[in-house]
Amino acid sequence: MKAAAQGGVLVVTRHPQPGRSLARSALDTALATAAFEQPVNLLFLGAGVLQLLPEQDSSDVGVRNLRKVIDSMPLYDMEHCYVDAEGAARAGLTATDLPPGAILVDHTALRALFDSHRHVLGF
Amino acid sequence: MTLHYCLLVLAAPASGHTSLTAARFAAALLARGHTLSRVFFLDNGTSNGLATAITPQDERSPQQAWSALADANGTELVLCVSSAVKRGLLDSAEAQRHGFPAATVHPGFTLGGLGLLVEAMQSADRVVTFGAPA
Repeated sequence: MKAAAQGGVLVVTRHPQPGRSLARSALDTALATAAFEQPVNLLFLGAGVLQLLPEQDSSDVGVRNLRKVIDSMPLYDMEHCYVDAEGAARAGLTATDLPPGAILVDHTALRALFDSHRHVLGF
Repeated sequence: MTLHYCLLVLAAPASGHTSLTAARFAAALLARGHTLSRVFFLDNGTSNGLATAITPQDERSPQQAWSALADANGTELVLCVSSAVKRGLLDSAEAQRHGFPAATVHPGFTLGGLGLLVEAMQSADRVVTFGAPA
């Protein structure tokens, strides 16, 4: 396990977007935490990995496409994000679909990730 | 050992009992001598601060549960401003800014940015999320 910020905040995002506002709220929370220079990591878990499906276009639905924001996380000093490997496999995501700095995590690594953060926020 | 808590509420009061559970949890931790300086309401959770919500007479009002807690313990109840205004929850400043005649936020709650959640997390020993129903 690398890049897990000891003592930081882990934001867990478990819902796809569009359809639920929670994905956006999770991302906003992670970015706000980073903007205040607090250590934070984002974990895409379960159905949350569907946020990473390539070539999603939500413009006809009338909501903002989160993927551009997700891809801009390194600008907020969030160099890495974590992706549930099992969920990614189920969704048919390949390595090239993942955002920059993404790290796939299996069950053992997930446990380590939860253990290594001071606070866990579940969205 | 006394712990300092921060609660994050994502659940709307009208879509299940999660918000009431959160308010009971808050009351229980305070009763045990722990501290809770701020509850942050985000996403659909901001609906907890809607002044015009009417709870049926035979049910417990989450809004009353929260504001009683705040009155008795000085706990701040903060609604995420961007989630709130999107849902029509306006304090008097926002109502004036957007040209509406009156505020819709209950006076026990205030609007604030996510920075207030970040600040509360920094000083908290425990952060507990009360999420939306799956």
